[in-house]
Amino acid sequence: MKIFPLTLIPANTRIDFMRMRHIWVALFVLLSIASVAVVGLKGFNFALDFTGGTAVNVRFEQAVSVDDVRERLETAGIANAQVQTFGSGTDLLIRVRGEEDQTNVDGNAELAASVLSAASTPENPGRILSTESIGSQVSGDLRKNAIYAAIFVLVGFLLYISVRFEWKFAVVASLTTLFDVMVVAALFSLTGREFDLTVLAGLLSVMGFSINDTIVVFDRVRENFRVLRADPLEVFNRSINQTLSRTIITSLVFFLSVLALFLYGGGSLEGLALTQMLGALVGTLSSIFIACPLLTYGALKVTKQDLLPKARDEEALARRP
Amino acid sequence: MLEFPRWKYALILVVLVLAALYALPNAYQKNPSVQITPSTSEARIDEALRQRVEVLLSEAGVTPIGTEIDDNHLLVRLHDADAQTVASDVLRPALGENYSVALNLASTVPQWLSDLGARPMSLGLDLQGGVHFVMQVDQAAALQKRVEGYADGIRTALRDARIGYSSVERRNDNTIGVVLVEGADVNAARARIMESLASASGQVVGGSGPQVLADGNRITVRLSQGEIDRIAADAVEQNRTVISNRINAIGVAEPVLQRQGEDRLVIQLPGLQDTAEAKRLIGATATLEFRAVTGDENQAAAVVASGSIPADSRIYYNETGTPLLLSRRILVSGDQLINANPTTDSQTGTPSVSITLNSAGGKRMLDHTLQNVGQRLGIVYVERIPTVRMVDGEEVRSSRSIERVISSSTIRGVFGREFQTTGLSREEANDLARQLKAGALAAPMDFVEERVVGPSLGAENVERGLTAVAYAFVFTLIFFMLYYRMFGIVTCLALILNLLIVVAVMSLFGATMSLPGFAGLALSIGLSVDANVLINERIREELRAGMPPKAAIVTGYEKASDTIFDSNLTGIIAGVALYAFGTGPLQGFAVTLVIGIVASMFTAIVVSRALVTLIYAPRKKLKSLAI
Repeated sequence: MKIFPLTLIPANTRIDFMRMRHIWVALFVLLSIASVAVVGLKGFNFALDFTGGTAVNVRFEQAVSVDDVRERLETAGIANAQVQTFGSGTDLLIRVRGEEDQTNVDGNAELAASVLSAASTPENPGRILSTESIGSQVSGDLRKNAIYAAIFVLVGFLLYISVRFEWKFAVVASLTTLFDVMVVAALFSLTGREFDLTVLAGLLSVMGFSINDTIVVFDRVRENFRVLRADPLEVFNRSINQTLSRTIITSLVFFLSVLALFLYGGGSLEGLALTQMLGALVGTLSSIFIACPLLTYGALKVTKQDLLPKARDEEALARRP
Repeated sequence: MLEFPRWKYALILVVLVLAALYALPNAYQKNPSVQITPSTSEARIDEALRQRVEVLLSEAGVTPIGTEIDDNHLLVRLHDADAQTVASDVLRPALGENYSVALNLASTVPQWLSDLGARPMSLGLDLQGGVHFVMQVDQAAALQKRVEGYADGIRTALRDARIGYSSVERRNDNTIGVVLVEGADVNAARARIMESLASASGQVVGGSGPQVLADGNRITVRLSQGEIDRIAADAVEQNRTVISNRINAIGVAEPVLQRQGEDRLVIQLPGLQDTAEAKRLIGATATLEFRAVTGDENQAAAVVASGSIPADSRIYYNETGTPLLLSRRILVSGDQLINANPTTDSQTGTPSVSITLNSAGGKRMLDHTLQNVGQRLGIVYVERIPTVRMVDGEEVRSSRSIERVISSSTIRGVFGREFQTTGLSREEANDLARQLKAGALAAPMDFVEERVVGPSLGAENVERGLTAVAYAFVFTLIFFMLYYRMFGIVTCLALILNLLIVVAVMSLFGATMSLPGFAGLALSIGLSVDANVLINERIREELRAGMPPKAAIVTGYEKASDTIFDSNLTGIIAGVALYAFGTGPLQGFAVTLVIGIVASMFTAIVVSRALVTLIYAPRKKLKSLAI
């Protein structure tokens, strides 16, 4: 039977992904360590949501130079202000970090007004589009909640996959998910882009997306283990190959829709879109190259016995005389 | 073999109609409008007011779309946001204090749709402009206030039972220390104290309730941890009610007031721009205290000079800085107030506030005035300003109170529950009446977060969000049409229904659309594609394996369904976590994502299969599939 010729991925690929599994896993370990190191050493450029302080979004009539504004702010006595373009060239985001002990936001309006007056010039007046002010108490809670959320997600994954599959799959799926998030976070840390609430949302949904990909592969592994008479490596190879086109197409379409968000969503969604795009990329690669190889090591080594439906065995045993 | 039960077609049809119906209200653009609400009892919403408003507007050069009177509001619909600003600037001073003028977005959804319960999603602050606050209850102060109330109750109980005591004081660790005079009956005192505590706290003494420990003639009252927690929770809840009343008094349409965590309140006031004003009205912890005057200005000045203040008195100052001696004992406090209205004193023509007390407060006032006609009664205006200091690296929260005697008039006759107080400016009288009417805050609150979004930025954000979703959709559709041909078209139809369901469900539940919500929408398109790709690729695979087309479709759908279920459920877990631990914008994102995933499972597994069956089942000799 003829199938429409337009295919991105050739049908019936037989790539031996498992041949170089030691290399992939070594890369996985190295990248994990590197990611932790990058995040640990460089940290994030936390936005106001996490640090507390005041942010003023100012729009000018003409495009402005960030350096000029920074200078004017300093002369006006507003020290340590962070100035960055936001959206188009006429919009600036000016952040003044809060003191560590600042737990309330008194005087926010005055601060915003003084930032505006210092930043504008008579030839190029600005107006305030939005102001935000957050006490450091709130941001501390946010950090705590972000960590709780990540733990909740991981535990949820572990439980769900353990029940639906097997604990080895649960551990590996959670490990790769954690890896994906760490790598994306490290890339984010490296670029020095601002880490705000939407980026956090992006990272947590990367977890959802990444595990999604891994589960599709594992689902096929489980199916093939039951029907194929082949050694595990062969089963893994076939499973990855069979799901390859699906994995890549899904990621591609997902990437396209997030690209729309990045291109047209405006400055405040750029961080979110960026994490998602990186997440799609890393998640796809890890579900192809890392998830299955991890299932061949030590205690995580999967055998056919692990995946045979256990209930049926017991039933069959019970029926024997 | 390629068949699909009838009832599922019926189900899809019902879902389609409902989704379209409930998503429809979002297509109606809202009119910027100004809403006028009466704020005093003498204000009327009637034809006369309507005509006055119309005249005022035409003088200012603003032509409204129309004016309507409904539910005791006067609604002026306007063409754009600029006209709205001009109109409110004109109307606010002209209508005076009797009316509150609020910016609003009036629905243009036709009546028959509203009758079905269909309504548009409300727009979040980032899409509409407005003010967002997070307030935190000062738990320590709440506790302190309650313990002081208990101590006061114990004093009264002991006095009533004629048990002599030398002091009843709240200690710094929030216990109450009672010292009885020599020879007093400790057991009787203990019983009285327990009685008084039980009625005040609503809990049996001992067990989880307060502990009363006697040691010689000293009695210590200690609150249980459970009760301390309950006091904090009550304080937040009471403040919520109070702030809700205050917001209603400002007259904001569609305000949001939610509890967040244990001790926080989130307040969103769409359309409002002046944070200082909003903060003053919401956060002010002004209250009144009525205290007996124990020494006039001359005596007070002498006391200040000598530095020996009588034990039962405190020095207070009035606006001009003149000292006055007032009793330490509060006769009536703000929380015993039932109502307060700004009025004009009929005799002097000066602004005043007419006050109504509850029965307990009224009785105390009556008792006091009965015995003290001719004496003076001081009214103290107390405003609390929170401050935070660092002491030895520790954060110390304290509050600076401004206490000012606003009136110290002579009691001219006996009065009870209702009376008037004068000596305020017009503005002060209005604010004070509004705050008093709303009730006293149970505990002081601090503003810990504040966001202001301009209306023009909001409009821009809506446009950006819509564009992003539209492009995400178009990218996806084009890809699918090219890549999967007929099955691609089916997938696209399923995706359209998917989007419609998400919008309908969100509108139905009254969700608030925000910029991250748009992101969630775009992402749910990206994610819901996953299910369709799984199915289509599986069908291709079965075809390649040599299966006949119809069987390939059936097997493809069935085998893919399990995988879809597993992979989407994990996505939902992530969404739930985001919702559970996130705040405002994160939750909006999470809700959209989860609804999107659930809807996509339905559209991919059920709807697309129904469509495919419709297309291919009638063909007797199916040689190939356009996939």
